[in-house]
Amino acid sequence: MRRREFLTIPASALGGTLLYTLAREPFRLQAQDGNVKVQLRFFTAAEARVIAAACERIIPSDANGPGAKEAGVVIYIDRQLAGPYGADKYRYTQGPFADSTPEHGYQGKENPREAYHQGIVGLGNNFDEIPVEEQIHKLQSIEKTHFFQLLRTHTIEGMFCDPMHGGNAGLIGWQLIGYPGPRMSYKADIDQHFGTAWRPKPAGLEQIMGRPGQPWEDEKA
Amino acid sequence: MTNLKPVDVLIVGGGWTGLAMAKELVTRTSLNVLALERGGLKTTPDYAMDMDELDYNIRLRMMQNIAEETVTHRHSPQETAVPVRQYGSFHPGTGVGGAGEHWTGMCFRFLPDVFTLRTHLTEKHGAARLPAELAVADWGVTYDQLEPHYWYAEQMMGVSGKAGNLRGKLIDGGNIFESPRSHEYPTPPMKNSYASSMFEEATRKLGYHPYPTPAANLSVNFTNPDGVSRAACAYCGYCSRFGCMIGAKSQPTNTLLPVLRKHKSFQLRTGSWVRRIVHENGRATGVQFTDAGGEEFFQPAETVVLASFTLNNSRLLYLSKIGTPYDPVSGKGTLGRNLTHQVEGAIRIFFDKPLNAFMGAGSLGSRISDFDGDNGITGSDGLLRYGMLSLNGNGDLPIGAFGAIPPGASKSNWGGDWKAASLQWHDRVSQFNIYGEHMAYRQNHMDLDPTYTDKFGDPLLRFTLDWTEHEHKQREFAYDLATKIAPAMGAKIDPTRMSRARYNVISYQSTHIQGGAIMGAEPQSSVVNPYLQHWDVPNLWVIGASSFPQTASGNPTLTALALTYWSADAMIGKYLKHPGRLA
Repeated sequence: MRRREFLTIPASALGGTLLYTLAREPFRLQAQDGNVKVQLRFFTAAEARVIAAACERIIPSDANGPGAKEAGVVIYIDRQLAGPYGADKYRYTQGPFADSTPEHGYQGKENPREAYHQGIVGLGNNFDEIPVEEQIHKLQSIEKTHFFQLLRTHTIEGMFCDPMHGGNAGLIGWQLIGYPGPRMSYKADIDQHFGTAWRPKPAGLEQIMGRPGQPWEDEKA
Repeated sequence: MTNLKPVDVLIVGGGWTGLAMAKELVTRTSLNVLALERGGLKTTPDYAMDMDELDYNIRLRMMQNIAEETVTHRHSPQETAVPVRQYGSFHPGTGVGGAGEHWTGMCFRFLPDVFTLRTHLTEKHGAARLPAELAVADWGVTYDQLEPHYWYAEQMMGVSGKAGNLRGKLIDGGNIFESPRSHEYPTPPMKNSYASSMFEEATRKLGYHPYPTPAANLSVNFTNPDGVSRAACAYCGYCSRFGCMIGAKSQPTNTLLPVLRKHKSFQLRTGSWVRRIVHENGRATGVQFTDAGGEEFFQPAETVVLASFTLNNSRLLYLSKIGTPYDPVSGKGTLGRNLTHQVEGAIRIFFDKPLNAFMGAGSLGSRISDFDGDNGITGSDGLLRYGMLSLNGNGDLPIGAFGAIPPGASKSNWGGDWKAASLQWHDRVSQFNIYGEHMAYRQNHMDLDPTYTDKFGDPLLRFTLDWTEHEHKQREFAYDLATKIAPAMGAKIDPTRMSRARYNVISYQSTHIQGGAIMGAEPQSSVVNPYLQHWDVPNLWVIGASSFPQTASGNPTLTALALTYWSADAMIGKYLKHPGRLA
């Protein structure tokens, strides 16, 4: 078994009060609590820093609000890759692997774990340390690759998924867009509020149901 | 292989049609009925913890495990097919209830002329003006024969809607272009969302006839004729690709299963993957299946009903060597012909106000049928049939909805500018959905793939399917219609016209794959007779949308159910008394 790896994130980088699901244990912390140590399931700490930096370029933290860093997108990706999705447990992976037309989608042999490992090599182990402009150029040069398509898709997923998946920390993504979460009923509101933004306070599935969720990534890969 | 105790009727598949047939049989006869379902069982209480966009709407956790079995696709018979490796343009469900658990709930009746399309088009245009490769056919059953069965299915589900044609009397506010109905809908229409109500107002102003989409998501609490009570929809927005957490969306597990469970003569066996229909001298003797532990069984039966998803109905017939494979070159043979996939698509529109679009229900929405069938279609420019246009409010979920921006609003599709544009347009985007009839063509068909196999090593089903000029014309017609409606709603339409691209297996289209084991009055051109009994094997019945010779504009579930009830009447009323060919 590989050595346990942790990603250390300064809590001040994560906005406000967090409701964070770590190793299936929800806990709350305040921004002033110092560093948060998150146990990684797939990446090494160095790989996680590279991916975190790349995600931050896709949805940056800026004047328009928090980004991938504050939402903990890299933690989401780490868990997805460690789980059945990362190992292609639910993709048809029998050969022969033939080249085909774009209408047939991704036909490659390599699974998401392999795509990330190769992608990280391409970005370089010091990607998180180079200037932002250089990071952007580097990502622009790989825009058409399968790895980049995955990275972009996963960044959006990690930004706006239910927090039980490790992303959208503190519901920061849902607050950004005004999504209230999986609520039980809008019966009284569906035909009201026409033309005005109605934004109920968000809550995650586990908060609403009062019991732990069963995210697919926890299934044995 | 273990031999099991014989049953009277064996049903392959525990979805809508399989359980509907089972319910008719166990409530109206004394036969013992066994349904074999390869997936597991989930019911209403299980679905609350599934209200998760990532696992269910994106990773598609309710669908058949594509790693174990998929289909292959090619655009034309000259090409080599490749597997659909991930979903996909359609989403076959698994488990008890099948795709009826995760469906959206739209409940249309088909137009009368859809059932006699070959005759209708020939009379209207003359055989010479129809495309040479057109393979549309008459069904061997008429709308009038099916009407009571449509009504029976609507009552079972408690469909919400407003009649527009009640026994020939046209009613404003309903769909005046619909087929005549004997009864008003069992429950009133659902509430409308903001965007859908703008669509309704605009289309009415333009002289069209908007109406609420008939919905299997209950508008009010309802008890059906079987005594099954269900709660009204809460508009939570977790409908398509989810099971309903309160049982408001009609699903086989909340409508049919509660009745079936009361009958000792009904058995349901999950985790049972049927691999072959076993037959001898023109009679089915039972089925061979493999259970979840990998053990093989032979289940003998007097009568076999094949009621799995469209794809698997054809595939099981192929694997069991029942019927004559269709040859697209000679046009001979029947099994696998008339593969169709309802022509769907979306046209984005942009508003300058927020829509609160996270609220909704699968079938909530307004639509127009002013150009359904050949209403308002001259046929002069090669467009023979169109369909419907709607604005649905099925609940925007946050991952899927983010990043929908007008073309040109950002140079890149990532980074700071893109994020700013995405936030600016968030919840200000909606779409028109188009629903076109997909006519059958000689070249579009299914057979077995020569290369790729499922987890057992059995050949996969192979699709040969592409859009023709007619479907491109349908999309162009829809876009032109949309350009009139968008400004009347105060919205800007996406200027990118719908593409004339080839069929693709990546973008979700609908799960409405139809045909392959089609019905008809002649054994030379159909797999099953007008009662859905196999022409060659009279104790084998093949039910579901696999029997549709072509698609209508409307979604197929209600018609698949109406045909199941029609077939059950024939089986119970005639066949079981005197087993033999009914046609």
